[in-house]
This record gives sequence, C-alpha cells and structure tokens, in this order.
Amino acid sequence: MAEPVKLGTTIMSVKYAGGVILGADTRTSAGSYVANRVSYKISKLSDRIYCCRSGSAADTRFLADVTKTNLSMHSSIIEEPPLVRTAARLMRHYTYAYREHLSAGLIVAGVDEIEGPKVFQLPSGGSAIEIPVAIGGSGSTFITAFVDANYRPDMNKAEALQFVIRAISHAMDRDGSSGGIIRTVVIPESEDEEVAEEWHKTVL
Amino acid sequence: MYTLEKKLLEEPKKTSFTYSERNAHLLASSKDLKKTFLKTGTTIVGMIFKDGVVLAADTRSTVDKIVADKNCEKLHFISENIYCAGAGVAADTEHITEMVSSRLSLHSLRSGEHPRVVSAMTMLKDHLFKHMGYLTAALILGGVDATGPHLYSVWPHGSVDCLPYLTMGSGSVAAMSFLEARYEDGLEEEAAIGLIGDAIEAGILNDLGSGSNVDIVVIKKDGTRMMRNVRKTGTISGDDE
Repeated sequence: MAEPVKLGTTIMSVKYAGGVILGADTRTSAGSYVANRVSYKISKLSDRIYCCRSGSAADTRFLADVTKTNLSMHSSIIEEPPLVRTAARLMRHYTYAYREHLSAGLIVAGVDEIEGPKVFQLPSGGSAIEIPVAIGGSGSTFITAFVDANYRPDMNKAEALQFVIRAISHAMDRDGSSGGIIRTVVIPESEDEEVAEEWHKTVL
Repeated sequence: MYTLEKKLLEEPKKTSFTYSERNAHLLASSKDLKKTFLKTGTTIVGMIFKDGVVLAADTRSTVDKIVADKNCEKLHFISENIYCAGAGVAADTEHITEMVSSRLSLHSLRSGEHPRVVSAMTMLKDHLFKHMGYLTAALILGGVDATGPHLYSVWPHGSVDCLPYLTMGSGSVAAMSFLEARYEDGLEEEAAIGLIGDAIEAGILNDLGSGSNVDIVVIKKDGTRMMRNVRKTGTISGDDE
C-alpha cells in the first residue's frame, strides 16, 4: 500500500496576556518525499477557535472538518459563539471513538467570552489536557527544554509571537520532517482586535 | 490490534476474520493468492497557467515489470471543464473517476451549470478516505469553473493539497525537478505546454515505471483541448502503438 501522507511536523500554541497564538511549520511529507512545502497545518474551527494538526494529513483534515461542522451546528443551537472547551471536547470525542484507526495529534486553541484564552492538547489515544503552552509533532521533542526555559504567561503579543517563531525555527532546524516557513495565527481576547493569520521566515 | 485477533494470528492454522488481518495471513501462507494488479507506474503533472489549467501524463501501464499497455490513457474525463490524471492501480483510478464523473453530470444537469472543481475534489477525497488507503489512487485534479482555474492533488488516504503546480506517481521526482526549475506564475499557453511536456519526458526517460508517449489536456474558460501522443518520446520510431 502506498505510503500515507504525514504531517511530520512542528506545531505549538501558547497563551499570552491577552490571547493565544498558534504556530506551525509547512512541510508535508510522504515517506522521504516532500509532498507540499507550503501546506496549512492550522485549521479554523470557528471565528476565534483554531486547531494545529499533526499525524496523518487525511485523518486530521477529516477530524477538523467534522469538528468544524458540528461546532457550528452547536453554536447555532445555543445562539452564542462556541467555547474553546466545547471544541476540544467535541474533537476529543472523535479522537477517542476512533482511536484504533486514527493517527492524529492535535492542539485546539482559541478564546471565548466566558473562559478567555484557552489551549488544549489532544495527544493520539483520545485524551485532552488544558495547559498554558502546548507543543506537538515530531519536531516538538527538540524544543521541550527551550519552551520550558523561556515561556512566561505574562508575555505580551509581540513577545509571545517572537517566542513561537524562535521555538519553531529551532525545531525546523533539527527535525528533518519539519521545514518550509512558519505559519502563525494570533487570536486576541479583545473583540476589537482582528484575528491575524500570518507567515514568517525562520530566524536562526 | 485486539488481543483475541493477535492470539488467533499467532496460531498458524487458525484465521482471524478481520479482513485486513485475514488477507495478510492468507497472503503469507499461500503463494497462489498473491495477486498482481495492473498498475500505472506513472508520471503525471498538473499546473496552472495564464488562461487555465494544463494536465499531462505518460502512457505506460505495467504488471510488475512487464509493460501491459504501451499507449493507455491516464487523463480521465470528469466533465467538459474538469479532467483528472491518475496514478496507482488502473482499476481504482478508472472506477473512482468514472463514479465522480457520473455523479457530477447528474449534479450539473440539475443545476444547469458546469460542475465545480471543489465538488469533484470533495467526492474523490471522501471516497478515498472512507476506504482508508485500500484504494490505490493518487490523482491530480484540474479544471476551470465559475470561480476560476483550480488544481488539487488527492492522495490514496484522502488528503488533499492545493498548489499552482503538482506532480505524482513514480516519476514525480524527475518531473518536479523541471517544474521547480522553470515554473513561474502567469505562463503563456505555449510555454506551459512545452514545460509540462518536458516534465513528463523527464519521467519517461528516468523512471522505469513510466514510458511511451506524452498526453496533454489544456482546460481553459472557453473550452478544453485533449491532445493524445503529443510527443512519442519512448516509442521506437515507426511503431505507431
């Protein structure tokens, strides 16, 4: 059978004073071949909730699409924007139910009016934990200590964005399965500020 | 794997009835059941140019290392404005594109408009995802619809990439070297056909699984042009096949 397309990846998400930031590299590989060097690994689930995907490209896109649809139906029923917690719960439902068949490591992050900025890590197997800073994918092993040493919850937006870019740059430099450019999504807590989807070059 | 299945598999004379496990077990225990399929060891390429989309393919199909057909068609008709280049098992690529073509024609009969490329892409990827990679179809889907030109690659497990130029199949690496060197935005039609022909030619010459001739289809807003055997790179001169 053909080699499955994998997101050999570096993904991360951090909470800062005033919102959350998601970051990812852009390399998609099939075996040793780079199938896409400018891919999107950050998917939108609702206006202010996004998720980072790692593992099988097909599986994680499916999960993101299904969660997005169900989250939007849920939001229509309660007539309010969805909670990040709800998005993570919904996604965990699927990662747990199909745990034997899926290869997916996900990070759900965003802001909502009730609980503010939130980051959830969903490792493969169907669990979910709420943490201030999450890293995932094959590249994350190279930056665990960097993240532990440098993360502060009181960072402002610029500092946090720089932290994410630095961390992913280091991972991309050491991990063969990560590469390309860095994509980020900044989700501010304040309703007045727009969500910013950007890309950056590595900074080493 | 479930422990019960594991136990059953460990005992050589018994069989698990989980299909995948069962098949693997049968394949390992009997030579007769080893099937060889008609495969299109292939070079396929797609790219967006100034006025639309151009797709191309080689024309060799193989069973193991034997060439089964020297001039097969790997550019599959989806609709007037959408074509799909296929690599992998010939039966799978042919059936899946025929199925989507038929469903889309009903769709456009009802709507009275040309079908959209995203619709075809969604049907293909949903079907492939449902079969968890057991359908060996690697596709490059291209077309022009009301929203402009579109190009996607769809992988056997159901993942999709959207890029301005794409290659797939066993000759994809050779073909990609040409595109990475010479592709640019807004190529003229002539230049696009020249480049895509060179890319397929690279596959024909450097990949064992690819060979014979170059097929090209050009899809523009004002019509589609299918060109069979534009170049006869790997054909012995005088041989028309």
